[in-house]
Amino acid sequence: MTDPTEILRLKDVTYNWPGSASFGLHVPDLTLARSETVLLLGESGSGKSTLLSLICGTIIAGSGRVSVARTDIAKLSAGQRDRFRAEQIGLIFQQFNLLPFASVQDNILLPLRFAPERHNRLSDPKQEATRLCHDLGLPDGVMSSKAGNLSVGQQQRVAAARALIGMPPLIIADEPTSSLDAATQATFLELLFAQSRAHGTTLLMVSHDARLSSQFDRVIHMADIAQTTRGAT
Amino acid sequence: MIFRLAFASLVARALTVGMTILAIALSVALFLGVEKIRTGAKASFADTISGTDLIVGARSGSVQLLLYSVFRIGNATNNLTWESYQDIENRPEVDWIVPISLGDSHRQFRVMGTTQAFFERYKYRSGQSLSIREGAIMDDLFDAVIGADVAAKLGYKVGDPIVVAHGLASFTEHDDQPFRVSGILEKTGTPVDRTVIVGLRAIEAIHVDWQGGGQIQGQSTPAETLRQMELKPYAVTAALVGVKGRLKVFGLQRAINEYAEEPLLAILPGVALQELWQIVGIAETALIGVSAMVVITALIGMMATIFSSLNERRREMAIFRAMGARPRVILGLLVFEASVMAALGALLGLVLLYVGLSIGQPMIDSAFGLWLPIEPPTLREVRVLLGVVVAGAIVSMVPALRAYRMSLADGMIVRI
Repeated sequence: MTDPTEILRLKDVTYNWPGSASFGLHVPDLTLARSETVLLLGESGSGKSTLLSLICGTIIAGSGRVSVARTDIAKLSAGQRDRFRAEQIGLIFQQFNLLPFASVQDNILLPLRFAPERHNRLSDPKQEATRLCHDLGLPDGVMSSKAGNLSVGQQQRVAAARALIGMPPLIIADEPTSSLDAATQATFLELLFAQSRAHGTTLLMVSHDARLSSQFDRVIHMADIAQTTRGAT
Repeated sequence: MIFRLAFASLVARALTVGMTILAIALSVALFLGVEKIRTGAKASFADTISGTDLIVGARSGSVQLLLYSVFRIGNATNNLTWESYQDIENRPEVDWIVPISLGDSHRQFRVMGTTQAFFERYKYRSGQSLSIREGAIMDDLFDAVIGADVAAKLGYKVGDPIVVAHGLASFTEHDDQPFRVSGILEKTGTPVDRTVIVGLRAIEAIHVDWQGGGQIQGQSTPAETLRQMELKPYAVTAALVGVKGRLKVFGLQRAINEYAEEPLLAILPGVALQELWQIVGIAETALIGVSAMVVITALIGMMATIFSSLNERRREMAIFRAMGARPRVILGLLVFEASVMAALGALLGLVLLYVGLSIGQPMIDSAFGLWLPIEPPTLREVRVLLGVVVAGAIVSMVPALRAYRMSLADGMIVRI
């Protein structure tokens, strides 16, 4: 039975990189509730990226179950998983988030191209993109700017707008503040939290910076939820 | 939007993409240029003679006879005696006959002795007749009609004197018997443009005082005396023959080829042209093959460019994947980009071809007597252009499939 309030559930998940016996990940149990903000702390090499790939469905667990919005993603075909990811998950990376040659507007609207349900939730996607940019503190007229011409901080906000557009139930942010200075970090997180709460979105943010802990509903440590195995390479 | 992003991505890599497009454009221009020259040369050769049923000359090869009598390429190994010429002229099947006497030259242009019938009987390009642009055809013994290229190259106008040189590469001139330009022909796009035409009697007249390839010392018959003389040629180089009815052509050809008094050869111009195409066919195929290889090389260059850009574009592909793009979207993007590059290269190649043609047309005409018409692309050329785009798309499948596999392996997380 799945809890209707949960957005993400990993149960007895194991994964080994194909062709490599050197690294394996086992996640006994991990659950995220709707509208929850969770900070996932972990050192480099602790399996964070593998965990995110499992949640996003770009890799499939060897055993166990990964459910996003009560859907077992292993039961979806590869194409269905890609669309499912576009519909359900907004993603923000550490850096190089955007297509530098494309406009801010095209970058923000890109996931809607692959997620018709997200697209249909919006009466006017361009207006919504403009609103998000405004709410995230981006200057007026930024929509037509080339993404590559923006500062790193501005690019991260555009990435946040892209993750938020169409109100996906889950946002995964992979160390989105690591390339920002302290002042910009605080502003960025403040804006991201505000938007997530406004949309009732679950936020799973990966970081190795424990100082951010106080800002989240819950903090989990990679070491507590997952075991990694390392063999000889 | 995806197409707009693909274009934006191409623009972002303008330098490498531009160089790739230029390489394809140059190869396409080369390929189409070779095609233009090939088909232009064929058309030019085929258009050179029309309405002549047989060409008669001393026995040699049919292609050789065609080349020296019509195209002024090469030389006759022997001549056709005037008696034989008259025998043929008197045959009942013969409708008309025009003698051609070659051997002398003026500057680098051939001098051809013939009769006034040449202007009436010689046809080119589906039956067009020669027409005089300026002046008139020969009236006096020492009148000469010059082709359009001779007039243009040497700056001659009607009334200018012309001194004929003895032979083709001789320093000895018939300077005691100068000719006068009586007329200039309209441009025809045939070897006639590069010919000085004089009367057959005039050829005899300028050789009256000559013996064994040189002028008899101290002897120079006055022009007025020559005009009064009965000048009968001993031989001509070849003859163009029109036959009374198509059915009689083969019979007359056989009769001339079996002529007992002298070894002669009668050829059908169209058949001899076909033989010529067969001879040059191998070179033609090789030329097409080489230019096709240049196009293939340019497309392989494009493939190499895409390959080399794959690593730096892994992040771009990962972003697409993270946003929900399937790997086949990545594959499609790369194939689309390659198709756009190939299409732009093909179009630019076409533009380069026409620019090259408009610049090179008069030069090629003047240097090789080859008139390359500037016409809209033919269906064959359009097919070549489409073929380049399709080949570009096919070639790009190799790096695109690699990108497909990379995007599957990378997923959405690439640490670069």
